[in-house]
Amino acid sequence: MTCSIFLQNKYVMYQDKMFKLSDKILLLCVGEAGDTVQFAEYIQKNIQLYKMRNGYELSPTAAANFTRKNLADYLRSRTPYHVNLLLAGFDETDGPGLYFMDYLSALAKAPFAAHGYGAYLTLSILDRYYRPDLTRDEAVELLKKCIEELNKRLIINLPSFSVRLIDKDGIHDLEKLVPVGAK
Amino acid sequence: CRERRELPCRSSSFETPIKYGRFYCNFIILSQPCPIQFVLSFPPGFPPSCSPSVPLPFTMSHGTTTLAFIFQGGVIAAADTRSSCNGLVACPASQKILPVHSHLVGTTSGTSADCALWKRILARELRLYQLRHGRRLSTAGAAKLLAHMLHPFKGTELCVAATLCGWDGGERPSLYYVCSDGTRLQGELFSVGSGSPYAYSVLDGGVRWGLTVEEATSLARQAVYRATHRDAYSGNCVDVYHITSKGWARRDREDQLQPRFQKSWEAV
Repeated sequence: MTCSIFLQNKYVMYQDKMFKLSDKILLLCVGEAGDTVQFAEYIQKNIQLYKMRNGYELSPTAAANFTRKNLADYLRSRTPYHVNLLLAGFDETDGPGLYFMDYLSALAKAPFAAHGYGAYLTLSILDRYYRPDLTRDEAVELLKKCIEELNKRLIINLPSFSVRLIDKDGIHDLEKLVPVGAK
Repeated sequence: CRERRELPCRSSSFETPIKYGRFYCNFIILSQPCPIQFVLSFPPGFPPSCSPSVPLPFTMSHGTTTLAFIFQGGVIAAADTRSSCNGLVACPASQKILPVHSHLVGTTSGTSADCALWKRILARELRLYQLRHGRRLSTAGAAKLLAHMLHPFKGTELCVAATLCGWDGGERPSLYYVCSDGTRLQGELFSVGSGSPYAYSVLDGGVRWGLTVEEATSLARQAVYRATHRDAYSGNCVDVYHITSKGWARRDREDQLQPRFQKSWEAV
């Protein structure tokens, strides 16, 4: 789930922050304006190039490590990318996987993750209610709990959230979540 | 200057004789600054660049109102005509909307020299694309091209914020906002510059898909007028361009001090 709001010079524009790396891998990219799109598209095209050259797709683990390596390479150059990433994917052998990466090119596999000020508010809700065997409806309910909390406590108004689900059949768009009372 | 590794942003059949980024960066930084620099807008406290310091002759400041929106009759782009230079009106009759080709027009905000240069580079690259591939690049493609060309200069003092208004392939209008910090957004309504909040508030109340051409142009003029009324760095005249499937058409430049214009505004 990412909020599809993007602040441009203090005014609100709508932008999709999820980038499809392959049929079963999504990259969520937030951070400095410009850097996000440039870096995410660079990773996206390179993953697709790998598929064209070798005939098979990178697994989510490999894609996450490739992304982290690129972030690390640029970190100590004069032009580091200031982006925070979540990479979500489904592997045939390993099952679903979520990878948390930050702008210092740290990489961690996690059952749930969040970036930004919203993370301070939502991580404890996820700690409390997350179970590995949640059903799809229960997972969406958990997301709704997080969004209600953001709606209540976060100073920035986030009117709409786009939700996507990745399973063995690929990436599915779920219904957009709109917190009650938000415009 | 930035020594970023070359990002693969163009195919090999699209080579241009001048290399961007590293080469251009050196060229711009080492040239002597003009004694008077015509500036449209520049955020105060801009982050210092990593280049060897060329001392600025004075602090820069914002100064423009440009807007563009899509409606049933095409795209309307409007802008004021004041070029300011730290409290001095350097030019009261500058042109902030520059045509790129017959079906694409770009509004400019930022440093006026940078905007004029990059618009010309964009026009050249689009013409080369058209000659090589036999078709015109879409507005989305033009916006992407501009964004990729500006990205190597991120962190330097280059300041370009443009909205590209165009008509794609005889089908539909489109509007893209491109900024030198790397932002590229598609939308149906944009306003850029120091007078933009005033323009937004007028436009948000009036823009609908079903506007007629006359209503749309008068709404655009009103929005710029209100912005120039409140913003010190916007003013003088209003330019309006209208883009349709037949290309762009420029309306007469109207002086906002004309009583005819003021009366029609106050009557609303």
